[in-house]
Amino acid sequence: MDINKRYTAQSWPDHPETATLEGKNKFVGFWLLLAAETVTFASLFATYLALKDKGPSGMEFTAAGLFELPLVFAMTMILLTSSLTSVYAMYHMKNHNFKAMQAWLGITVLLGLTFLGLEIYEFNHYVHLGFGFTHSAFSSAFYVLVGTHGAHVLFGLSWFIALMIRNSKRGLNMYNAPKFYLAALYWHFIDVVWVFIFTVVYLMGVIG
Amino acid sequence: MSSLAQKKGFGAVLWDYLTTVDHKKIAILYLISGGFFFLVGGLEAMLIRIQLMKAGNDFLSAGLYNEIITMHGTTMIFLAAMPLLLAFMNAIMPLQIGARDVAFPFLNSLGFWLFFFGGIFLNLSWFMGGAPDAGWTNYASLALASEGHGIDFYALGLTISGFGTLIAGINFLVTIINMRAPGMTYMRMPLFTWTTFVASALILLAFPPLTIGLFFMIFDRLFDSNFFVVEMGGNTIIWEHLFWIFGHPEVYILILPAFGIFSEIFAIFSRKRLFGYTALVFATILIGFYGFMVWAHHMFTVGLGPTANAVFALATMIIAVPTGIKIFNWLLTIWGGSIQFSVAMVYAIAFIPSFVAGGVTGVMQAIAPLDYQLHDSYFIVAHFHYVIVGGVVLGLLAGTHLYWPKMFGTMLSEKLGMVTFWFFFIGFHLTFFIQHFLGLFGMPRRVYTFNADQGWDLYNLISSVGALFMAIGIIVLLVNVVLTTVKNVRVGNDPWGDGRTLEWAIPSPPPFYNFAQTPLVRGLDTYWIEKMEGNKEGMIYAEPLGDIHMPNGSIIPFVMSFGMFVAAFGALYFMDDTKPWALAVLVIGLGITFGSMLVRSLKDDLGFYITKEELIEDAKRGGNTDGHK
Amino acid sequence: MMKGLTNWRLFALMTALLVFLSGCGREEISTLIPAGKVAQDQFNLLILSSIVMTFVIIVVSIIFVLAIVKFRRSKLGEDMIPEQVEGSAKLEFIWTAVPIVLLLILAVPTVYSTFDLADVTAMDSVNEEGEQNHLTVNVTAYLYWWEFEYPEQGIVTAQELVVPTDERVYFNLISADIKHSFWIPSVGGKLDVNPENVNKFYLEFDKPSSELETGVFYGKCAELCGPSHALMDFKVKSVDREEFDQWVTAMQEEPEPAAEALAQDGEEIFANSCIGCHAVSGVGSGGMAGPNLAAFGDRNRIAGFLEHDEETLKNWIEDPQQYKPGNLMPDGETNNGGEPFSEQELDALAAYLMSLTVEE
Repeated sequence: MDINKRYTAQSWPDHPETATLEGKNKFVGFWLLLAAETVTFASLFATYLALKDKGPSGMEFTAAGLFELPLVFAMTMILLTSSLTSVYAMYHMKNHNFKAMQAWLGITVLLGLTFLGLEIYEFNHYVHLGFGFTHSAFSSAFYVLVGTHGAHVLFGLSWFIALMIRNSKRGLNMYNAPKFYLAALYWHFIDVVWVFIFTVVYLMGVIG
Repeated sequence: MSSLAQKKGFGAVLWDYLTTVDHKKIAILYLISGGFFFLVGGLEAMLIRIQLMKAGNDFLSAGLYNEIITMHGTTMIFLAAMPLLLAFMNAIMPLQIGARDVAFPFLNSLGFWLFFFGGIFLNLSWFMGGAPDAGWTNYASLALASEGHGIDFYALGLTISGFGTLIAGINFLVTIINMRAPGMTYMRMPLFTWTTFVASALILLAFPPLTIGLFFMIFDRLFDSNFFVVEMGGNTIIWEHLFWIFGHPEVYILILPAFGIFSEIFAIFSRKRLFGYTALVFATILIGFYGFMVWAHHMFTVGLGPTANAVFALATMIIAVPTGIKIFNWLLTIWGGSIQFSVAMVYAIAFIPSFVAGGVTGVMQAIAPLDYQLHDSYFIVAHFHYVIVGGVVLGLLAGTHLYWPKMFGTMLSEKLGMVTFWFFFIGFHLTFFIQHFLGLFGMPRRVYTFNADQGWDLYNLISSVGALFMAIGIIVLLVNVVLTTVKNVRVGNDPWGDGRTLEWAIPSPPPFYNFAQTPLVRGLDTYWIEKMEGNKEGMIYAEPLGDIHMPNGSIIPFVMSFGMFVAAFGALYFMDDTKPWALAVLVIGLGITFGSMLVRSLKDDLGFYITKEELIEDAKRGGNTDGHK
Repeated sequence: MMKGLTNWRLFALMTALLVFLSGCGREEISTLIPAGKVAQDQFNLLILSSIVMTFVIIVVSIIFVLAIVKFRRSKLGEDMIPEQVEGSAKLEFIWTAVPIVLLLILAVPTVYSTFDLADVTAMDSVNEEGEQNHLTVNVTAYLYWWEFEYPEQGIVTAQELVVPTDERVYFNLISADIKHSFWIPSVGGKLDVNPENVNKFYLEFDKPSSELETGVFYGKCAELCGPSHALMDFKVKSVDREEFDQWVTAMQEEPEPAAEALAQDGEEIFANSCIGCHAVSGVGSGGMAGPNLAAFGDRNRIAGFLEHDEETLKNWIEDPQQYKPGNLMPDGETNNGGEPFSEQELDALAAYLMSLTVEE
């Protein structure tokens, strides 16, 4: 594979992410990693459900009383939108339109940062209510589940930013196309996990 | 590149191994470190048997004894058996499918160094205030009550080495999915490759729950969370579930590759195609699949209720069916063959009755009400040693003899090998057979001493004598390795004469690019097919001789793993008031890791090419350059 | 070499047989000498599964031995290339079907017995007068000792479980600290003692323990719980119903003050140094820091595993850590306010404790 080979929209393959053996390996490997991540989150969800509302006797916090849907709903919408914008970015990647791809990735990153900011605000709010990490088994399970997702968001954002800066000058090639593709795939995965968190933690929490 | 075969100094060799991304060298690293930890774990086993030699012995104190049993189990499973199997997977699997390396050579190296630093970290606990002492299962309530930092060493060390194993698992899966030589369909893959494939899939899905459990443990102990703190609403049974959701598949992660090694041996040394290859493959897949549905049979006495116990009892019994299929297919493989009793074959033959004995006691324990008696007694100790030693360790010893020439280009002495075999085999049965009865006589496991009035004295003494036999066997093996290395008699491509699969078609040890030309696979046991058809060239090739693209070596995996090692110390001392520097250490360690990750992503690493001319030149010299520059 | 292998297998078989015939362990603790319905059921399962498994082993061994005897290369010649058989669908079917049949033979009693042994529905049943039909014992596990509370009878004891024979006894198990496991091998399988939930099961005791050589069944902790896990023993005294009722009545009375002079001294010391953790009255519901010592003089062991005599008792009081590492009982010096007990004080304490008895 020649990193210096220049492509045009015409010579650019339909599936640049799997056009080389390295790309193919990354593609399969990353899907497998996502399988492992799925089991990871499944373990966290199972633990959360087992420990939901469990705490020292007389604990005042319950999921029904603590969580408020409006903010979380806004966060959900923002993250879902960012998933859509990353799809646009990949659309332009496949069309070998580097500038448009960068622009859409930029929007994705901004939305992701907003999400992260709101999550930090939310956590901060709970801590001030007295619902800290060490407060109860419930709080530990909540923060570790949602916090692990937050850490994934942070990692995804760093990944996007690093890719955008590193490749800003040299455009798309066979070497970095799979990387962009996988970062976007990772971003979708994070989004799907959030949909589950929204449902299992917040919706089911508020409803009871 | 053209000065390939020069004599190198020690420093250069060391640097070569620290930076290597060659699967064959990484295999050697796994073999050496796994072997080292195997000796450490064996030493711990000897201490255990000395302590239990007689009633009321005071050779070890109660606390120290618990540390030793914990480290014995943890070391043997995570730091000896797994890496030794990974050594053979690394060394052989890419050769068997006709690949030039694994899919991610860089990650392969990272996987090894993470395992290595995790193992070292765990064992440093001996010198830094005491080893973990809650058993290798580390049940949560005892683990949280344990004083000192032992359990923290356990949780952090296993987290790090677990990441390494997970990386290795993904790597092997992708390699097998994407990098098989032309013609190597799934149903033409050698059985060792198949078992590597299934074991890797199990690693992929089983290690995350363990990592999550370990994270909870670390958070509870070091950052005051409450996952397992009962007064704060926590629940210790969650740990047991997470541990065994990992722990049961782990048993198959260990035994399946051993099955693979034995399958290769039966075919080679019976000079016969594996009987029922298709059945063996599907039995392997089924065992892997069922492996995830039976974890609660380790928890029959926890009080999950009769429905759960009955369901898991039945699910567990079903596993006996595919395992039985395997045993009978192996028997029918040697049936009608021409058996050569090489050391590897003798291990394989000895494996059958040993493993069947371990298997049937497994079925007995699947009977939940009977397990109420057998659980946590010496019966279970006997059972899992029959499976692990009689299955996995015999497999490793057999694999060592079988693949030594392929990995190092020399043959281990068959004579000394037989000596090792007899000592080890007799010692093994002497040690563990009798423990079934100790369990039935009411002796619980993990007891550091016992009173004389319980009828256990004689059997414990016999068991301890057996352990001594095993130790002698292993010492003879070490002598064998040293003598073989010193004599250094080189062997050719197919030293056993009856090799059937691709790894025997190339030089021993293979050149660093494995195959100058990718072979064309025309069926199961492809090399055997070529041999039988009298192909003088060895193989038919799928491509003309041409330039080969190879990955660059890199020190980054080593540095990245070292960063985790440093960070682990920071986390370990995080809550100690007397060690305010801990946070700084944690940050520095993570900084090293993420920094090197960043370097890796920002710096292009495009590898290099071996030209056709260099390949021809190398072929003239025997075609086994190790690529060391 | 081959000859060696067959010889060795014969030898192994002989040894196995010898070992098996040499005994079934001690009747106080061996699962092979069941002394109650639960253990008997489990023993029957053991025998049934052993028979099935022996059948499997015999079949495998026959094929195995025949194969390695018949198909040696030394016999067949170096150059023989065997026929490369692919497999046989018929054989695959047989060795899939036969094990399934064998497993079904095991599966049916397994499921039946699993539900049968977990059936505690009769636990809370009462007769017309509102008394419970069955004896219930609440077992609480502490770091290295066991407390047995009889809620219906309003009494509590420790380290030595007393039960009536020939009837179902129900148990509620919970841990006061970390996880333990409650196991009386010769009477029935174990059940874990968890810190977070009560586990319930039942046992039956068919044999009065007085028929045993040492007079008690041995109970064990079967879950690693720290340094002295190995020493977390308890003893079980099974007596007929009549004797059991007498024992209960005796336990329900507050203990008499010590009669003997030496024991009276001991009582005084006890009141100063020990009573903070240990009760000497069996009346109540337990929950103190140390084991209840009512009827201590009747017990079979000290601390669950040491010889029951005054000398051992004195040593134990002076330095419990030496005998049971990691247990929570302070040494004699600490209990005595910073000064070791004198020999005389120890004699008095021992005499007092040994005088605590409810048996005639």
